[in-house]
Amino acid sequence: MALLEIKDLHAKVGDREILKGINLTVNAGEVHAIMGPNGSGKSTLAQVLAGRELYVVTGGSVTYLGKDLLEMSPEDRAREGIFLAFQYPVEIPGVSNMYFLKAALNTIRKHHGIDELDAMDFLNLVRDKMQIMKMDQTLLNRPVNTGFSGGEKKRNEIFQMAVLEPKLAVLDETDSGLDIDALRVVSGGVNAMRSPERAMIVVTHYQRLLNEIVPDFVHVLAEGRIVKSGGKELALELEAEGYEALGAYDEPEAVGRV
Amino acid sequence: MTAVAEQTGAWMELFTNQLPAPAWLQPLRDAAFARFVELGFPNTHNEEWRFTNVAPIARTTFAAGRQGVPETKFAKGPVQLVFANGHLLTRPESLPAGLHVGGFADDPAAIAQHLGKHASFAENAFVALNTAMIEDGALVRVASGAVIAEPIEIFYLTTGSAQPIAVHPRALIVVGADAHCTVVERYQGAGDGVYFNNAVTEIIAGDRSVVDHYKIQQETANAFHISTLQVSIGRSATFASHSISLGGALVRNDANATLSAGSDAALNGLYIVNGTQHVDNHTMIDHTMPHGTSHEIYKGILDGKAHAVFNGKIIVRKDAQKTDSKQTNKNLVLSDDAVVDTKPELQIFADDVRCTHGATIGQLDAEALFYLQSRGIGKREARSLLTYAFAQDVVDRIKVQSLRDSLERILFEKFHEHAE
Repeated sequence: MALLEIKDLHAKVGDREILKGINLTVNAGEVHAIMGPNGSGKSTLAQVLAGRELYVVTGGSVTYLGKDLLEMSPEDRAREGIFLAFQYPVEIPGVSNMYFLKAALNTIRKHHGIDELDAMDFLNLVRDKMQIMKMDQTLLNRPVNTGFSGGEKKRNEIFQMAVLEPKLAVLDETDSGLDIDALRVVSGGVNAMRSPERAMIVVTHYQRLLNEIVPDFVHVLAEGRIVKSGGKELALELEAEGYEALGAYDEPEAVGRV
Repeated sequence: MTAVAEQTGAWMELFTNQLPAPAWLQPLRDAAFARFVELGFPNTHNEEWRFTNVAPIARTTFAAGRQGVPETKFAKGPVQLVFANGHLLTRPESLPAGLHVGGFADDPAAIAQHLGKHASFAENAFVALNTAMIEDGALVRVASGAVIAEPIEIFYLTTGSAQPIAVHPRALIVVGADAHCTVVERYQGAGDGVYFNNAVTEIIAGDRSVVDHYKIQQETANAFHISTLQVSIGRSATFASHSISLGGALVRNDANATLSAGSDAALNGLYIVNGTQHVDNHTMIDHTMPHGTSHEIYKGILDGKAHAVFNGKIIVRKDAQKTDSKQTNKNLVLSDDAVVDTKPELQIFADDVRCTHGATIGQLDAEALFYLQSRGIGKREARSLLTYAFAQDVVDRIKVQSLRDSLERILFEKFHEHAE
């Protein structure tokens, strides 16, 4: 059974149809890169998979571990192992990173009938993972993403992923806003998470991330559809020839983010 | 009879039935009652009361608070005064050097010197009524230079029963020059009946003193709570007020501070209302002399059909050059039917000053909510967490650890209710 099966997925935001029939099958252990010009629907796909209500699914189906994913609340998707690393992680003043992540981890553990961790066990668990992400421990006591630099925010996303250990990680433009050193750290964190049980969907505009996180498959998204799929060499082709060679252009009205 | 006479007539009996006052107090009581009769209860044509209709108080006939041991449970503290239905119940057994905490009978000379000199009843009918009804009150005196580490707690316990009662808590807090202290006033209600707490607290913060004042209002759902805090801040003194308003059906808090040269005042507030609760916070910061600083942050969380009012007045008088004043009011509205009226009121007569103000009324951040949910945190829990986070910066300003802990517990429970 495929981990994730997307069939003819259509979605809109407001009156604008953004996804116009996506088909994609992801198996455990695979890393899929989704590339495409601005406004092609990459981030929308990521957000739809995580359950953002802003995007209304108008057709098609998404099956995750044999279940209808679209019927599940965002929190249930997370508890069942879906993780979205946000392109723009939200700042939440007043909620400490530590409290937030511990609450998230314990909710997921509880869902799977595993004992909840106390503060001490939690600290022991996160210490190593913070080191991998080269994150200062003081970030744990700060409010979630509040006052974090762009790089810190992205590292915090991957750090959360490392703690929550999802089955399917969706990385939305995790490379945007990172300098080359930060990119290496973030990619290192992601690569450390690769495993035969875990799949990843890596959404990116640029090929440079895929030098670090080498995908098994590359898909090109344009105007809400996957127009081309291939192996990792497809990313290099795109780098050399650009999206336009595939007839994929930036969407002039692209919202890109919400 | 005129409407005013009808309203105030019922109070005449309570006024005349009071215990006889000492000679120094009686003229004050008489003058205050006369003024109360002249003013009558304010109506909504009065600009200061535009959004707060006190008719439910005016049309209720109240009895005096009875003496007795209250039902309410409360944590005992080392420096604690407890009033039950307006009567002094317990007082501290021992006190640190430089501190006196007790009733008004303890030190009539000190009382006479300050009582009613700061909280004016000229324009405020509720202050007039409180002053007219003074029998006893809380007296806190801190000697010059004394540094009192332990918070001084004053509990006002009121029990509502079938016959509505009115209680007029009064406190006088006199802090000497260079002294440091923390005063916590807690209003706690019990019972199902209607009651009316009409409180006045006067604080005199001596030159260069450091005074922290906390007010925790947890009246019952049927209670009326009207209060005035009047603070006179000495030269280069630092004063902070933290007003946490959680209970009550109809609540009005006036917090007024008058600053001297180089004074620093912080007025902070948090109000959390649900159902049909009404809470009105009026603040007034009066900069009379140069180089004063004041900062004010009031935050509100509203649910159900609750109504909140914030009116923040800042006066910068002609001599108060180099004043630096900042006011913020932020409201989080969790339901469609809750209403907020917020108004800054700046009167600036000096030309070299900095005054800023801002008010917001908003809902929970949908993006933040989704972010928490996307990590497995349930929607209800996420709403509760974000609501709590909204209140966090006011809670963080509370320096008394035990108070912050107890408040965090109360808020945590409360936001779980609100997140339903």
